[in-house]
Amino acid sequence: MSGLLAIFGNMQLWASTLSLSVPLVLPALGGTFSERTGVVNIAMEGIMLIGAFFAVFFSSLTMNPWVGLLGAVVAGGIMAVIFAWAAIRLRSDQVIIGMAVNIFASGLTAYLLNTIFGFGGTPVNTPMLPHLNWPWLGRIPVLGPLLNDQSILVYITLLLVVAGHFFLFHTRLGLRMRAVGENPEAADTAGINVYRIRYLGVLISGFLSALAGAYLSIGVLNSFEVDMTNGRGYIALAAMIFGRWTPFGSFGAALLFGFASALSMPLQSSVAAKNLVQMLPYVVTILALIGVGGKSVAPAADGVPYEAEK
Amino acid sequence: MQNENFQDVTPLERHGFLRALLRAVSTPLVAVILGILLGSVIIEVSGYNAIAAYVSLFQGAFGSGYSIANTLANAVPLILAGLGVAVGFRAGLFNIGAEGQYWMGAIAAVWVGYAVNLPWYLHIPLALAAAAVAGALWGGIVPGLAKAYAGAHEVITTMMMSYVAIFFSHYLLENGPMMEPGYVPQSPVIRSSAFLPVLVKGTQLSAGIFVALAAVAVVYWVLYYTTWGFEIRALGLNRRAARYGGMPVQRNIVLALAVSGLLAGLAGAAQMMGVQHRLYDSFSSGYGYTAIVVALLAKNDPIGVVFSALLFAALGTGAQYMQIGANVPGRMTDVITGLIVFFVAAERMVELASRWLAKRRQQRRSQAGRPGVGPAQGRGAELESKGAGV
Amino acid sequence: MGTPAAQGSKTANQPPILELQHITKRFPGVVANDDVSLDFRPGEIHAILGENGAGKTTLMNIIYGLYHPDEGQVFMEGRPLNLEGPHAAIAHGIGMVHQHFMLIPVLTVAENIVLGSEPPGFRFDIRRAAAEVKKISEAYHLEIDPWAKVGDLTVGLQQRVEILKAFYRRARVLILDEPTAVLTPSEIEDLFQIMARLKADGIAIAFISHKLDEVMQVADRITIMRRGRVVRTLLPTETNPQELANLMVGREVVLQVKKSPYRPGPVLVDVQNLVVADEHNYPRVNGVSFQIRRGEILGLAGVDGNGQRELIEAIVGLRPVRSGKVLFAGRDITGLSPRQVSRAGISYIPQDRQGDGLVLNFTVAENLILKDYNGPQIARRGRIDFRRVRERAQRLVGQYGVAPPNPSLLAGNLSGGNQQKVILAREMGLAPEFLIAAQPTRGLDVGAIEYIHKRLLELRDQGKAILLFSLELEEILSLSDEIAVIYKGQIMDIVPGDKATREGLGLLMLGARKSA
Repeated sequence: MSGLLAIFGNMQLWASTLSLSVPLVLPALGGTFSERTGVVNIAMEGIMLIGAFFAVFFSSLTMNPWVGLLGAVVAGGIMAVIFAWAAIRLRSDQVIIGMAVNIFASGLTAYLLNTIFGFGGTPVNTPMLPHLNWPWLGRIPVLGPLLNDQSILVYITLLLVVAGHFFLFHTRLGLRMRAVGENPEAADTAGINVYRIRYLGVLISGFLSALAGAYLSIGVLNSFEVDMTNGRGYIALAAMIFGRWTPFGSFGAALLFGFASALSMPLQSSVAAKNLVQMLPYVVTILALIGVGGKSVAPAADGVPYEAEK
Repeated sequence: MQNENFQDVTPLERHGFLRALLRAVSTPLVAVILGILLGSVIIEVSGYNAIAAYVSLFQGAFGSGYSIANTLANAVPLILAGLGVAVGFRAGLFNIGAEGQYWMGAIAAVWVGYAVNLPWYLHIPLALAAAAVAGALWGGIVPGLAKAYAGAHEVITTMMMSYVAIFFSHYLLENGPMMEPGYVPQSPVIRSSAFLPVLVKGTQLSAGIFVALAAVAVVYWVLYYTTWGFEIRALGLNRRAARYGGMPVQRNIVLALAVSGLLAGLAGAAQMMGVQHRLYDSFSSGYGYTAIVVALLAKNDPIGVVFSALLFAALGTGAQYMQIGANVPGRMTDVITGLIVFFVAAERMVELASRWLAKRRQQRRSQAGRPGVGPAQGRGAELESKGAGV
Repeated sequence: MGTPAAQGSKTANQPPILELQHITKRFPGVVANDDVSLDFRPGEIHAILGENGAGKTTLMNIIYGLYHPDEGQVFMEGRPLNLEGPHAAIAHGIGMVHQHFMLIPVLTVAENIVLGSEPPGFRFDIRRAAAEVKKISEAYHLEIDPWAKVGDLTVGLQQRVEILKAFYRRARVLILDEPTAVLTPSEIEDLFQIMARLKADGIAIAFISHKLDEVMQVADRITIMRRGRVVRTLLPTETNPQELANLMVGREVVLQVKKSPYRPGPVLVDVQNLVVADEHNYPRVNGVSFQIRRGEILGLAGVDGNGQRELIEAIVGLRPVRSGKVLFAGRDITGLSPRQVSRAGISYIPQDRQGDGLVLNFTVAENLILKDYNGPQIARRGRIDFRRVRERAQRLVGQYGVAPPNPSLLAGNLSGGNQQKVILAREMGLAPEFLIAAQPTRGLDVGAIEYIHKRLLELRDQGKAILLFSLELEEILSLSDEIAVIYKGQIMDIVPGDKATREGLGLLMLGARKSA
């Protein structure tokens, strides 16, 4: 019992909850934008991988992590545009196209890892994104240990959640995005270019997923490993559903799943079967989905391709 | 998941069997060709010789009787798991967790394989049955019930269950209850009474291929000749109509996912009992994910699954050879696989391309000084291209 | 009728604001519009009359930029228009109220109206949007609360939102596509008042309809379309409903259904105090009771969304019953599964034939066994006997005149009328004692409607019971022996079919209890 208390009282747990949530919050936020415009984006898993790889690639190439971040976002954006083109323009099955992107990305990143870096893996001197450390912040109780000395992407993520909420619910473009996801025909007859709005939604999800991937590879580490996203793109989708397709909701749900991951870390040392504990985030995801069940209502046109011109 | 291609299928009587067959395989064929072409671009760009790569890939897969047998062996788990995914698809359910069901089947088969002592004619069926049950439970119980009664999307739940299964196998093997005494995280070897007999000496081809082919026949028969198959197909094409027709929709969702998992579980068993004979500690067999692609390329047709499984088995077998022979990293085949799936799903690309071509042609024509009649012709050309059955 | 709209147009000699010349539009397999030329003038209501499938909606969608014509040209004030999309049509002052409302239920009235033409700026200024909507709604005397959620509004008010959408975008031409189809009689009167005012303001109105009396009542000019072509344009003063009907259908039409006298038998269906909730647990049917006798058609009249769907789905077992009872031939069938209900002798033609009634990617033959594929006639120990499936399909397809008569065609490749015939054949083939028909003729052409009415009446004359739910009051009036009016999940009154009037039913449909 005292062991558990020590675990929950440990600020480190909450700090790592936040840090482990980032690669879920970003794609969950991205998924919110994509699905609000009516495109189910399973490809986020693959786009994250692409982002993770190219972050390391450009970072080690230029020895500048910011170029790495930019490279990740551009590569993720390209992948997202291809996905969007097939899903929107070709009206392909969004889930299947998403699977295709995921398989492709998993293969491509592993292939490029071997081709470019050989079997030794990515260079050990790859620079990573800075962690911010303000002494004044560190002195504040609770908030200090929670927020101080995190990767800069953690702060960016927090800002993006707030900005995402404002954008989706308080701007013209946000209104149009929500309209397109609910009833694309109505939006079309109101003179809105449904395709363009959907491209935008998918592109945002692509950028955010790539950021999440970069966070994994050059935010908390400075290396790329094969399939290092480990299903986070799927968990993020669950977080988005659990969060009822809202930025703040997705953020909260992603924190919950991040907490499950964070919890499994200290438990791994105190409980014998670390492999069982590592199942926790996945089990929590399933339970959350079962719990929220049919109560969470998706945008009405989510996942339905739209044919504009006849 | 409905296939719109079926919308304008003309009856066999009018166009003949060959034409219908051609139409059925044209999209997958085009997708495979495009995938291979684009794959070769990537190989070339990354500094290898694409032709050499494909030659060694092909040699690795079909170059000798030995390699053909290994390709067939590789196809066994793909046929079984692919069949599983296809059954799910037919019911409108996207089981992307075949990987986890494969693992649970493998675990069950291996455990029965070494922990139980029986004559082979009982041991083999028991191990297969245990794997089938384990896979069925993994697919049917959690994702199936969660989908049917709580509306939890099976794409996420089956995927999550996959991770759970893989961590479960780690747990069993890494100092866990199924670890062989010693330091290597692996299970004991199963008893020889649970071995599926090898068909070609020195290769991995075992009697598992018969299990796979039998499963194809059974699934085909069930889907097209039984009332349950009728229910499953109705469910997949129009869930509301299935409910309206008085079919037990919830129950069938659970059952379809269970059968889907059952087949993936059998895939694990066939691989364990026919090839590996023990469980190794690993992150992925790869079969579960490729199975999705197998089903997609086959358009969820049980017979088609055999051929598309052969294709991806060949890619898999050839990949190892390609890595050694042409020095191209074997994961290239995953790139090609992804591309193939993309092109299968993006089948409207061809339609779009021909529409674009027709527009160009018409523009050129109207530039040649025949304005006014243009639009109608453009439209007509587009209709023709649609009729050509892309 | 005394509406201002009916008084002759004084503006008929004005030059047209919108003109269509030689419009042709083809879809795979059909010519939806064939060399159509028309014009619309300011301050005039120009009715486009035609059957379902005559090409009216396609034509309007061309004007609105949703479809592109294969041939021909649209002119606005004499200048050719290049309508590459709705935004271009909107910019030129064309507004359209679609048959199926183009609204987003989860958004507010103001958001819906300004969508796509919001007040400028990156931020969405919801207050300013609401203020502007308020102003427009006052200017056109179309009262509405800008802050209300559209999903909470009545159908009549939703239509008002659609009209305001057009005027927020400064429409000078207003297309109303079958605007009365979803309204109650009194809402229709309101709409006609609104149209009259708009006409006085100099708006050109295109009024799409297939209802003869309405067209006669409000139109200044009438154009009849049939099979994609313009048959004739004439003035209401120089024609009559019978002539319009004949022109519309292309042959002599019997406007009245021939019905044998009502000979009620014993009570077969007895619904007692039924309470049913919808998906969100909101009660939609609040204590409904009625009886249906053998040899009787009970018409269920009401505005859409007053619990009809829930009531019917509860009877057939597709929806749980909260309380109350359904007795069928004396037996309590409450809470039985759809299959048990079907086996008890109850057939059901669902209102959404493509969504519920058919599997479009199944063949006609497969659709014909959708309900008894595992029954003794078709299956043996879990196996389907395809010889019997074929035999049944051949027989039913012939008997019900499904065209083309090929049971191995996919149901999705049939026309709407033939799809409905497949459903009818299947449901009648089960030899039901009680048939529930939900909007059985919606969207069908006159020939198919006549056919289905004939079959329903035959069934009634054989001594079966029928529950007919329709939003078309004419259909209810012409077929029913008894008419039950439902409002907010309650039966307002049950009146004999021969004594019921449009006006009386209209009042009941708005909740006026027993005043008819």
